[in-house]
Amino acid sequence: MKRFILTLATLAVTATASAADTMKMAVTTSFHNSGLSEILLPAIEQDLGLEVQLLVVGTGQALQLGRSGDVDAILVHSRSAEEAFVAEGAGTHRREIMYNDFVVIGPSDDPADVAGAETVVDALQSIAASEARFVSRGDDSGTHKKELSLWAAANQTPEGAWYNAVGAGMGAALNTASGLNAYILSDRASWLNFGNKGDLALLFAGDPVLFNQYAFLPVNPEVHGHVANGLARKLEGWLVSDRAADLINGYRLGGEQLFVFNATPDASPQG
Amino acid sequence: MADIWLGLSQAFWLVITFDAELMEITLRSLMVSLSALVIASAIALPLAALLAVRRFRWRRWVIAILNALMGLPPVVVGLIVYVVLSRSGPLGVLGLLFTPTAMVIAQVIIIVPLIASVAHQALRDLWSEYHDLLISMHVTQSQKVATLLWDARRALLTASLAGFGRAIGEVGAIMIVGGNIDNVTRVLTTAIALETGKGEFALALGLGFVLIGLAIAVNLSIHALSRTEVEARW
Amino acid sequence: MSHLLPLKVQGAETTHRGKRLVGPIDLSIQGAGATVIVGPNGSGKTTLLRLLHGAARLTRGQIAWNCPMDEAQLHQAFVFQRPVMLRRTVLENLIYPLKVRGTSKREACKSAVAWAAKIGLSDMIDRSALVLSGGEQQKLALARALITAPKVLFLDEPCAALDGRATREVEVILQAAKQNGTRLILSTHDMGQARRLADEMLFMLGGKIHEFGPADTFFEAAQTASARAFLKGDIVE
Repeated sequence: MKRFILTLATLAVTATASAADTMKMAVTTSFHNSGLSEILLPAIEQDLGLEVQLLVVGTGQALQLGRSGDVDAILVHSRSAEEAFVAEGAGTHRREIMYNDFVVIGPSDDPADVAGAETVVDALQSIAASEARFVSRGDDSGTHKKELSLWAAANQTPEGAWYNAVGAGMGAALNTASGLNAYILSDRASWLNFGNKGDLALLFAGDPVLFNQYAFLPVNPEVHGHVANGLARKLEGWLVSDRAADLINGYRLGGEQLFVFNATPDASPQG
Repeated sequence: MADIWLGLSQAFWLVITFDAELMEITLRSLMVSLSALVIASAIALPLAALLAVRRFRWRRWVIAILNALMGLPPVVVGLIVYVVLSRSGPLGVLGLLFTPTAMVIAQVIIIVPLIASVAHQALRDLWSEYHDLLISMHVTQSQKVATLLWDARRALLTASLAGFGRAIGEVGAIMIVGGNIDNVTRVLTTAIALETGKGEFALALGLGFVLIGLAIAVNLSIHALSRTEVEARW
Repeated sequence: MSHLLPLKVQGAETTHRGKRLVGPIDLSIQGAGATVIVGPNGSGKTTLLRLLHGAARLTRGQIAWNCPMDEAQLHQAFVFQRPVMLRRTVLENLIYPLKVRGTSKREACKSAVAWAAKIGLSDMIDRSALVLSGGEQQKLALARALITAPKVLFLDEPCAALDGRATREVEVILQAAKQNGTRLILSTHDMGQARRLADEMLFMLGGKIHEFGPADTFFEAAQTASARAFLKGDIVE
C-alpha cells in the first residue's frame, strides 16, 4: 500500500514538474497513424531537449486549435486551408516539410475495376458509375478535402446510398471500409499501419495528383501572446535539417518508404 | 470470438510483464477518476444531506433538476468544459486545457449529480427514521448533516462507487478536454479508443479487460476496507 | 420544583388540514412527580405531548415555560411510542445525546456504561441497537432520554408494545427518575400503569381536557360524566 502511494505521489509530482521545455502541436490522424512520430519525437527530445506533446485530430480541428491558441504549432496537409490560415493572421507562415501519397483501397475482387484505371480520376468515375460502396472521411480533414477535389476533377458530386461519409479519423474510416468491404481513399502510411485490413487491398497508386504535402505552421504570437513561439521556431529549424531528412526518408513501413523529405533548408520560409 | 481470446491473452501478458506503458496509463486512469471521486463526493454528499434535512421553497425543483442532470451526456459536458477552458474561452488564462486537471474537472461535473441523487434517496429514508428523535434533541443543522452522513455511510459509499464506475469508464468528455496526449493525458479508455481506431482490436480488448479488472478491484478493496458485510443491517 | 416549571398553556390550539386536532387548551403544569394523560384513541394525547415539548406547531395560543425557550429545550427529553434507534451500537446510542451537547467522550462513555448497567444491557453494549428486542430498545430509548438528566421527561405510551416483564422494568426506571426529581408527563392506555405512576391525572376527549387534577381524586371521585364512563370501561366519544 505504501509503495502504491509513493508511486502515485511521484506521478503527481512529475506530472506537474517538467524537466524539459514542452510545446503542444496539433497533427493530423493521417500523420500520426504512419508511426513516423514515434521516430521523430524521441530524436527531437534528444537533440533539442524539447518535449513535443501531440494532439492527434483531424485537419479541421487542428486549424481550429491553432486559431484559438490552444496549441503552439500545427502540422497538416491541406494547402488551401493552410494558406487561408496564414492569410487571416492565425499563423505566421507555412513551411513545407515532406510529402507522402494517397492510395485507393478497395475490396480485393475490385468490382469497379479500379486497378485497371489510368488515372485516379478514371478510377473515381468507375466507382461512381458502378455505384460501388465508398467510404469518405467526411470530416473536413486534409484527406477529405483531397478526396472532394478529386471528385470535382472527375465531374462528379458523390451522393447516394453507396457513398458513406463517416465523419471520423483515418483509422476509424478504414475500419468502416473494412466492415462494409468498400472503396476508400487513404494515405499510404495509415493503410500500411492499419491492423484490420479484412478483405481490402491496395488497388491504385502513383498518379502525381495523389501527392500529399505536409506543412508546418507556427501559431501567430501576435494573436496569442502565450504560445511558445520560440520553441516552435526551434522545432521548425530541426524539421528542415539534414537530421530530420535522414529520419524521414529512412522511415520504412512494410519495406516501403512512406514520406519524401522536401523542405528547403533554412533560407526564407515559403508564404 | 478469436478476437476476444486474443484480447484476454493480451491483457494477461500486459499485466504479467508489468508493461511500462500499461502501468503508466492505468495509474493515470486511477488518479484522474479517484480524484474526481473524492472531489465529487465532497460536493455531492453534503449537498444531498442538506437537501434531505432543509426545507426551502424550491427544494422539489432542485431535487428534480438534480435527478435530470444524471442523464447529462458526458460528451456534451466535455464540449462545454473544452470551450470554457480553451485559450479563447473565459477561463483560458488558467491554461488547463489538455491537462489531467481538465479531465478531473469534466468528470466531477458528470458524476456529482449521480452521487448526489443516489445519496439523497438514502439520506431521505434515514432522515424520516431519525427525524422525530433529532428534532426532539434540538441538534444543530450541521450536527444533523453529520449524523446522517455517518449513519448512512454504507449507502453513501455505494453512491460514490456508482460515481466512480461512471468516471473510470468515461471516454467522450476526457477525450475532448484531455486530447489523449501520449504520456500526458492518455488513460485506459482513450487508449482503447485510439487502438480501436488503428484497427488493433486485440490490444484494445486487452486494455478493456484490464479496465474491467481495475474497476472490480477498486470496488472490492473499498468494500473490504470498510467491512460492509459485518453485522446484520446497515 | 425545577426552574422550568410552571409550564403555562393558554388557548392552545392546533389544526391540520382544516381539522382541529387539539384545543382550545388552558393548562398549568407545576410541582413534582408524574402527570399521566389518558383518553380514548384519537383524543389528542400524542398531539398534546408534542405541543408541550415543542415538537408540533401551535396554530393559536401560547405555551410558555418559566424560563427562556432555549434554556427549556436543554432540559427536556421525549420517549416515543415506537423507539427510534440510531443505526449504531447500544453504547453509541447512549453517548449520542451527550456528545451532541459537547460532553467529552470519556465522560460520556462513563455515563453510558453506568446507564447500560441500570437497564440490564451491559452485555449487549457493543452490539448494534437494531438487533435488540422491542422491550430492550424501549429501555435503551428511556436510558438515552434520561442520560442527560432532563428536568422534564415526556413519554408517549412508552409501554404500548411491551410485555409484562419489560413494562415492569420500565416502570422501575420511571419511579427512580421521579425520585430523582425528574418531572414526568406521560400518556398511557394502561389504567393500571396510570394508577401505579400518577400523582396527577389528565383526561382528554375530542382534543380537549375534560378533567385535570390529583390522581386519587380522579380515580375515586371523577368530576365529569365522561371521565366516569371512561373509568368504568365504556366507549366514550
